[in-house]
Amino acid sequence: MVYLTRKAEFAASHYYHNPEFTPEQNRAIFGKCNNPNGHGHNYTLEVTVKGKVDPQSGFVVDLRQLKDIMNREVLDAMDHRFLNKEVPEFLHQIPTAENIAIAIWQRLAPKLKAAHLHRIRIYETPDLFVDFYGEAA
Amino acid sequence: MPNDWNRETYGKCNNPHGHGHNYHLEVTVSGSVDPATGMVCNLVDLDGFVHHEILERFGHENLNTLPDFNNAVPTTENLCIRIYEILQRGFRHAHLEKVRMEETMMNSFAYAGGKELRD
Repeated sequence: MVYLTRKAEFAASHYYHNPEFTPEQNRAIFGKCNNPNGHGHNYTLEVTVKGKVDPQSGFVVDLRQLKDIMNREVLDAMDHRFLNKEVPEFLHQIPTAENIAIAIWQRLAPKLKAAHLHRIRIYETPDLFVDFYGEAA
Repeated sequence: MPNDWNRETYGKCNNPHGHGHNYHLEVTVSGSVDPATGMVCNLVDLDGFVHHEILERFGHENLNTLPDFNNAVPTTENLCIRIYEILQRGFRHAHLEKVRMEETMMNSFAYAGGKELRD
């Protein structure tokens, strides 16, 4: 069992707002992140897959295929997007780093064939990252 | 394997003149903290072992020409496994947990002897 991690970077904007809360509650809980005009982050995504090394190729997974899948499923959908308004998962769910990690897991897991998804790590800033291992969210 | 398969599978990495990487190696060991030294193992021992047994063996070499890769393609997956085996067999000062290698800033690999990783 070898683990392979591939990184990608994308920029996106979001804001935090729960329509079930009052405006005062939203401001109290989410602070500056409640500004409906949004704010941006340069996200760093780390996708870790695990699997046996193919004896012929020496690969756990074809890195080009993994890169293509990450580009198609994640970056095309999220890079330079306003997550709340442009990504279907976040029309009714707050695009916190936690929920972004879960959404990325759900997008990637069904597309990987040879190797299994092990972990999604997403950095919202260099000081803050979230890990998701695919447990029941 | 036929040339077509090699070109298709490895792309630019199939160039027979080879290509280089600045690999970064991380070795994780575990053990009880020795009450006399306050250490899991003396870093001088770990550094010395890695220097003599791994860096001198693989550093600035064409991996394809080394006996380690007579029967395996020197992908970073296989290099991780080989380095783990060398440490596992020779390093006696602490328990080997994991070998992790960065091939580029964007790709890394980890091997824990076939065990599941906790992180």
